[in-house]
Amino acid sequence: MKLIEKMIRCSINGITLDVEAGTTILQAAKKVGVDVPTLCHLDLHDIGIANQSANCRVCLVEDEKRHQLVPACAEKVVEGMAVQTDSLKAVMARRTSLELLLSNHPQDCLTCIKNLDCELQTLAHDMNIKEIHYPGEKMNHPLDLTSKGISKDSNKCIMCRRCITMCDEVQTVGILSPLKRGFDVVVATAFHLDMDQTSCTYCGQCVSVCPTAALAEMNDTPKVWRALNHPEKHVVVQIAPAVRVALAEEFGFPPGEISTGKIVAALKRLRFDTVVDTNFGADLTVIEEAHELVDRMENGGRLPMLTSCCPAWVQFIEHQFPELLDVPSSCKSPQQMVGTLIKSYYAEKRAIDPKKIVSVSVMPCLAKKAEAARDEFHQNGLRDVDYVITTRELARMIKEAAIDFKTLQEQPFDELLSDSTGAAAIFGTTGGVLEAAARTAYEMMTGKELKEVDFTAIRGLEGVREATIPMGERSLRIGIAHELGNARKLLEAIRDGKSHFDLIEIMACPGGCIGGGGQPYHHGRLDVIKARQEALYRLDATLPKRKSHQNEEVIQLYDVFLEKPGSHKAHQLLHTTYSAKTRI
Amino acid sequence: MKNKILDISSLDRALLDQLDTYIKNLEGDNEENLIHVLHRAQALFGHLPHNLQLYVARALNLSGAKVNGVVTFYSFFNEEPTGKYVVSVCMGTACFVKGADKVLQKILDIIGTKKNEMSADGLFTVKDVRCIGACGLAPVVTINDKVYGKVQVNDVETLIGRYKGGQSA
Ligand code: SF4
Ligand code: SF4
Ligand code: SF4
Ligand code: FES
Ligand code: FES
Repeated sequence: MKLIEKMIRCSINGITLDVEAGTTILQAAKKVGVDVPTLCHLDLHDIGIANQSANCRVCLVEDEKRHQLVPACAEKVVEGMAVQTDSLKAVMARRTSLELLLSNHPQDCLTCIKNLDCELQTLAHDMNIKEIHYPGEKMNHPLDLTSKGISKDSNKCIMCRRCITMCDEVQTVGILSPLKRGFDVVVATAFHLDMDQTSCTYCGQCVSVCPTAALAEMNDTPKVWRALNHPEKHVVVQIAPAVRVALAEEFGFPPGEISTGKIVAALKRLRFDTVVDTNFGADLTVIEEAHELVDRMENGGRLPMLTSCCPAWVQFIEHQFPELLDVPSSCKSPQQMVGTLIKSYYAEKRAIDPKKIVSVSVMPCLAKKAEAARDEFHQNGLRDVDYVITTRELARMIKEAAIDFKTLQEQPFDELLSDSTGAAAIFGTTGGVLEAAARTAYEMMTGKELKEVDFTAIRGLEGVREATIPMGERSLRIGIAHELGNARKLLEAIRDGKSHFDLIEIMACPGGCIGGGGQPYHHGRLDVIKARQEALYRLDATLPKRKSHQNEEVIQLYDVFLEKPGSHKAHQLLHTTYSAKTRI
Repeated sequence: MKNKILDISSLDRALLDQLDTYIKNLEGDNEENLIHVLHRAQALFGHLPHNLQLYVARALNLSGAKVNGVVTFYSFFNEEPTGKYVVSVCMGTACFVKGADKVLQKILDIIGTKKNEMSADGLFTVKDVRCIGACGLAPVVTINDKVYGKVQVNDVETLIGRYKGGQSA
């Protein structure tokens, strides 16, 4: 039985309405179509979390009866409340709040990485700020550019604490905290350590929610331009599954637009020498991973096995659960597999000196930048992947080159390392890696053809999902988690011996890579992520081959280069190791 | 370990054992117990160096950032070693308008040290603190557990002089 809540009657700008108890003025205003500016407030309703620090005061409205200004984002509606959002008092108070925030804020918008994508800037524009009446002392914090993934500029921090809410409550990593108090307060790492000295996973979810450029991706586009301009370098680029269903948003397309062909065309216009596909690496990963899984299941190996495609998640387990490093699969991620092959197989086939090759990837992800720089990932002194740029960075490069993305003629990938199946396409969503692996493991274990390839039961955006997939004599017990807080729950169960899974997929970001920290900003809107997810499943369904082991080019790669799945050479090139790190 | 400064091998094992025992006997939520544990740790070690803070973080399964945030929020926690006498100058509104900033400066000048740093002779640490609830006596200075009210710039020399010999007055 559902309790019938007593409704509360209130009015917003003279419009009367009834709302449930606990409703904020902001929510009530939204119901009647009244807009109130906000800044620190962030309602990630869909992932069940809200940042309620209520400290920016740009949402002040007037409570008429009490003649008081109250923050609309935090103040709950009470019976008989009458709110004016546009009284002169409220408008002026909001302006003052914003001016105070701006008074010590750097004013280098022209060259700021968030220029035209900054919530503070937009608000200053919307609120008609043309002059700041409170000259404040500017902050003078050193920039932190130590990590490969994230740049941190505390001078641009407005203390909204969204990043802390994200890192503490959603990801449970706990990297950032307000240190000191009053005027000295700053959002910082423990002991002001450099970012690269902390246990930050570089998932970039704090970046996704930071309203300013206080937290942003490291900008690697200058390095890529330099490589492109180098007369002797042969620049090969790969693009990740999730990029093709998000990049077009930066050019005015609706979320969920599939623009693979246009992206390839744009990369060619940018004068990359060869465009290959991370999806090829995804198929390859599936084969190596399925092989490893079957091996572990048949020979009493460590179960569950955890997928290892997400470097933020790898970083998480190394720092937070160092006692469980025997559970992740030893497979490199698709990015790293393709990177390795670019400088070996591809170089050999094309007869190019690997030293002349620059390997670039376009990823939805900041953790991929850090992954590419891991100690483990090089051969003969050459990095598998030299530079990683995000979806957002590629969009910036395309704009910089004044390429008209909308009218670009679609182009196919170049020939090598580019064949892929539907199984690879869905790597970009939570549940996708596991579904892909299941399609191949099924046929490996049963020797029979899998007729129904759509494992719809394990799809969706539920934080933790589980299922049992019958596989001939035995069955495969699988678990799926996205967001690191959910991953923590599964890991604790494994640690305490309470997990009964064979295979677990974990992705750090909400929705998986489609919600990655390097994707076009979704501003907490789950419908954007859903649209990207649907696009990936659409892509999968339209491809003629939907199982990784049907990938012709992968089969050929084993024939001529890697011998067979799990071979010595495959291990050398496609697998990696993990090491325990200190949790900070 | 990557972070040498966080290496705990410099911490006295016997004291850590005492801290462990204290933590083991606590009940309830780790986050709520944090302040008590930090008080205890500071009582045992004299101050809360970074490696000790991280030790507490691990013992309570909290993040280092959380612990460091709490330590730097409250002025009664010291990350650095403190002098024999901790001189706290109230900078609350009442004290401030009565010239607490000048009193603070004078104290620093006479002792010859900087805010929050132990003086060279190990005798003093001078801090500014928030309102300590004795506004009627503004401006207020405390030295360890003694409270001095209505302190004027001219009084500072005599006041500090009483502690300078090293035995409390
Ligand atoms: S990148 Fe992820 S782990 Fe690192 S601070 Fe941001 S939210 Fe936390
Ligand atoms: S770093 Fe960004 S998200 Fe975090 S408190 Fe500062 S402005 Fe807000
Ligand atoms: S889920 Fe994808 S985008 Fe997010 S950190 Fe992992 S690999 Fe990167
Ligand atoms: S948005 Fe309401 S206080 Fe910041
Ligand atoms: S302001 Fe100093 S005691 Fe209250």
